[in-house]
Amino acid sequence: MSALCFQLRQSPPQRLDCSPLTPERLRGLGLADITRLPLQTTRAAVAVGDLFTVTAGDPANIVIAGGSPRLDDIGAGMTMGSITVEGSVGIRAGAGMRGGRLSVTGEAGPYAASGMLGGAIEIGGNAGDFLGAPGIGAGMAGGMVVVRGSAGARAGDRLRRGVIVIEGDSGDYPASRMIAGTLVICGRAGAAPGYLMRRGTLFAESAAPLPTFLATGAADHVFRALLARALAPASSRAASLVARSGLARFGGDVAGLGKGELLIATTV
Amino acid sequence: MPDMIVNGIRIDESFAEAFDMRATALVITADTEAWAETAAASLTGFATSIIACGVEAGIDARLAPPETPDGRPGVRVLLFAGSTGELQKQLQNRVGQCVLTSPGSACYAGLEGVETLKLGDALRYFADGFQISKRFGGRHFWRLPVMDGEFVCEGTTGLTKSAVGGGNLLLMGRSIAATRHAAETAVAAMAKIDGAIMPFPGGIVRSGSKVGSKYKGLIASTNHAYCPTLRGLTMSALEEDIASVLEIVIDGLTPEAVAAAMRAGLASAIALGPEVGVVRIGAGNYGGKLGKHHFHLKDLLP
Repeated sequence: MSALCFQLRQSPPQRLDCSPLTPERLRGLGLADITRLPLQTTRAAVAVGDLFTVTAGDPANIVIAGGSPRLDDIGAGMTMGSITVEGSVGIRAGAGMRGGRLSVTGEAGPYAASGMLGGAIEIGGNAGDFLGAPGIGAGMAGGMVVVRGSAGARAGDRLRRGVIVIEGDSGDYPASRMIAGTLVICGRAGAAPGYLMRRGTLFAESAAPLPTFLATGAADHVFRALLARALAPASSRAASLVARSGLARFGGDVAGLGKGELLIATTV
Repeated sequence: MPDMIVNGIRIDESFAEAFDMRATALVITADTEAWAETAAASLTGFATSIIACGVEAGIDARLAPPETPDGRPGVRVLLFAGSTGELQKQLQNRVGQCVLTSPGSACYAGLEGVETLKLGDALRYFADGFQISKRFGGRHFWRLPVMDGEFVCEGTTGLTKSAVGGGNLLLMGRSIAATRHAAETAVAAMAKIDGAIMPFPGGIVRSGSKVGSKYKGLIASTNHAYCPTLRGLTMSALEEDIASVLEIVIDGLTPEAVAAAMRAGLASAIALGPEVGVVRIGAGNYGGKLGKHHFHLKDLLP
């Protein structure tokens, strides 16, 4: 069965709450029911049919053709199936996601993957601030996020579990307040990487550690080999950084609990 | 008594009686093949029989680097016990004392199962608060800082309750040397079968036992019916041309693995012929009432 397709006809007149457009919430609904679903975030009512041309198909496989930075909460809370957005999305893409796969070919706004618990998110372009950070409640606690471009500030803030890969650069304070989990920055990390991190792992191609991160012995190759193998299908760039020998290791942030680690190829 | 003669070797109309067991598997890796082997040998040492060792354990297979989780040389070991509690206790003690301690080692689940046993989940406390939990790719690992770097250990490993212990072959020959040669040949063929181990020294038992004893408190004693030096003195199962008997005991993750190992052992022992190898092959049982699994020799002949 082919995908259930939403073709965006025009730029939305207001920010939209797209969280109803997930595989589990659309299952069993007819085309007419789907077109009547409300998406508005203001007092002016907007239904799916007002903006999208819907082509019937398998709701486990959703395609949203034509993106807009006003499409908020895409894939929020989804548990299964796949959503592919051909274009860009607004804030909170994949927030609270528990399973399935969300692909965005364009850019994602702030708070993508916030509070995520499982599944996989791929963002083809850049991601905004607070990638995988706490939105409502805690930070990301499971699953995997790959950003092909760069990410804004505070990526992985209060990350608890799961893996975030940023193939480009990150903004300032990556892995701030990190609780555990893994953040891989294949490019340059912004200022103050791992600021107040408790536990967890931050890999970066280049970064300037704070004075509250202390040089430790080299990172063991067994853990890196396991992680590189797990990353390889999703991001060969991240896998090659993780597997690289000679990464400098720093423990910290000793201004806090201090059990986190930074693994840096080029210390600047 | 012999009902079949295959390649000049008498095959008993008998069967091996085997029992349900709890089992698990581990993959142990190290920087070199030799160190993976050393850790595995240490873990599976003193694990011949649950009568006194707690578990029966052995090396199932050697794994090339591409076959292991971390891309290093590895060994797959199997452990069998009578109860889940005993298996958990032995697993924790043996991995803690024999694998954690071995230079460069890492330890992973070797079996997927709905039910699990604690592996790193139990050993992590050795790291005294410096342990690091990592969950990715659907698996959960613990990293324990140790003096040569880090010991990486998977959180849990799978448990199977449908494993089988006690498959066996009795090889009977005209001389000690010929019987040993046949047993060694059979074990070499059986070692190639995945999912089955021969837990005794070199895979071979020379002191097969019967249930019970004339002495109080002994649960097993020498299988006098198969002792060549008692022929004529007791009820013997041995004919005059038999001077030596060796047993091969097999534990498998499934009944099929035990049958496959017995089939491989029979084929290679029979192929030797009665001049070089043994003159008779039998199997041990308790009359068929104790064990759920019966492996009839006639069904497993080449």
